[in-house]
Amino acid sequence: MKKLFSKTFWQERDVEMFIGQQLRWGVISASIIAFIGGIIYLYTHGKGTPAYTEFTGAPLYVRHLPGILHGVFQLDGMAVIQLGVVVLLATPITRIAFSVLAFAMEKDILYVIITLIVLSVIIFSIFSGFGG
Amino acid sequence: MSILVFTLILLLGAFAAGLLGSLTGLGGGVVLIPLLTLIFHVDIRYAIGASLVASIANSSGAAAAYIKEGITNVRIGMFLEIATTTGAIAGAVLAVYTPTHLVAIIFGVVLLFSAAMTIRKKNEHADTQSDNKLAKLMRLNSSYPVKGEIIEYKVKGVPGGYLLMTLAGVVSGLLGIGSGALKVLAMDNVMRIPFKVSTTTSNFMIGVTAAASAVVYLQRGYIDPGIAMPVVLGVLGGAFVGSKLLVRINTKWLRLIFSVVISALAIEMIYNGLMRNL
Repeated sequence: MKKLFSKTFWQERDVEMFIGQQLRWGVISASIIAFIGGIIYLYTHGKGTPAYTEFTGAPLYVRHLPGILHGVFQLDGMAVIQLGVVVLLATPITRIAFSVLAFAMEKDILYVIITLIVLSVIIFSIFSGFGG
Repeated sequence: MSILVFTLILLLGAFAAGLLGSLTGLGGGVVLIPLLTLIFHVDIRYAIGASLVASIANSSGAAAAYIKEGITNVRIGMFLEIATTTGAIAGAVLAVYTPTHLVAIIFGVVLLFSAAMTIRKKNEHADTQSDNKLAKLMRLNSSYPVKGEIIEYKVKGVPGGYLLMTLAGVVSGLLGIGSGALKVLAMDNVMRIPFKVSTTTSNFMIGVTAAASAVVYLQRGYIDPGIAMPVVLGVLGGAFVGSKLLVRINTKWLRLIFSVVISALAIEMIYNGLMRNL
């Protein structure tokens, strides 16, 4: 119980709470963006026929960030939805970045390194070109 | 069927998947992929993309709540995320070379395994005796609150757990599911972490694991906005309602019925895979 009253414990908890908040806001904002995009998409494409039985892949411009942003500025529904998806993907990745800070504040060098390894694996995945 | 009708039905289906996923602890993906492929006849690659995105939403939403309670072991989660993220990328790369009917068969097998995991005996007790050097070195041993008391626990089988986590990552990357069942198996049965800690830590890890392979799938065009939108919104809504219901209802029977349904879906996925319909 002694630990509960120490100053460092509360600082650790504060960082964890902050990370929890960041996760929640990431999900909420991603949902709102996807919802708005969904309305635009249904308004412009709602009468069309869905074609997902054959795999052709999502339109090329929604497969990378510059294309998505370009579409967002033209109020393209698909691009806005995909921006929501990008915000959602960024949420756990940002959490990892904040965790580096959290462990650094605790002066836990071992876990600063471990967290940096996880972060580099994900960054490698983004720029690896595995997506083709 | 117009896109509008398709979207609305998908929204309802995803809501049900999120609700059941959160009530049984299996996550939305295990229901979502059979729903999309068997009922909506969506190509399994679109289903995988949408399911991955939904599992990130689910995991991040739930993790926010669990961190607050202080049960999640952030160190175990972070350490094992090295295994799951590298595995997930390997799985996403492997997916390109795996024919879709084979993906369907593997999915069915993992589904059967997940169904069995929901009705297994859980590791309720904390291990206080273990003297694992690696666990000590990596500072994995910790404590968690049970009814106001702080219970200490010690971790075993770190290398075995790490290997199994890599496999969980590969499965997650290949099939587009959180593979929570495999993660819990690694932490519960191999590392002997108490059930409450392993479930919440597994949930905490799913988002990061899924993000590692999802960025590859986004670039490959597996994540289609027309499917991702109703799926993410539906699953999130369902999971939210599920978490509110969870405290009020007894999930024992629900788990049992659900594992039967899941097994039936699994067999149908395997059958369709063998017949090369998917």
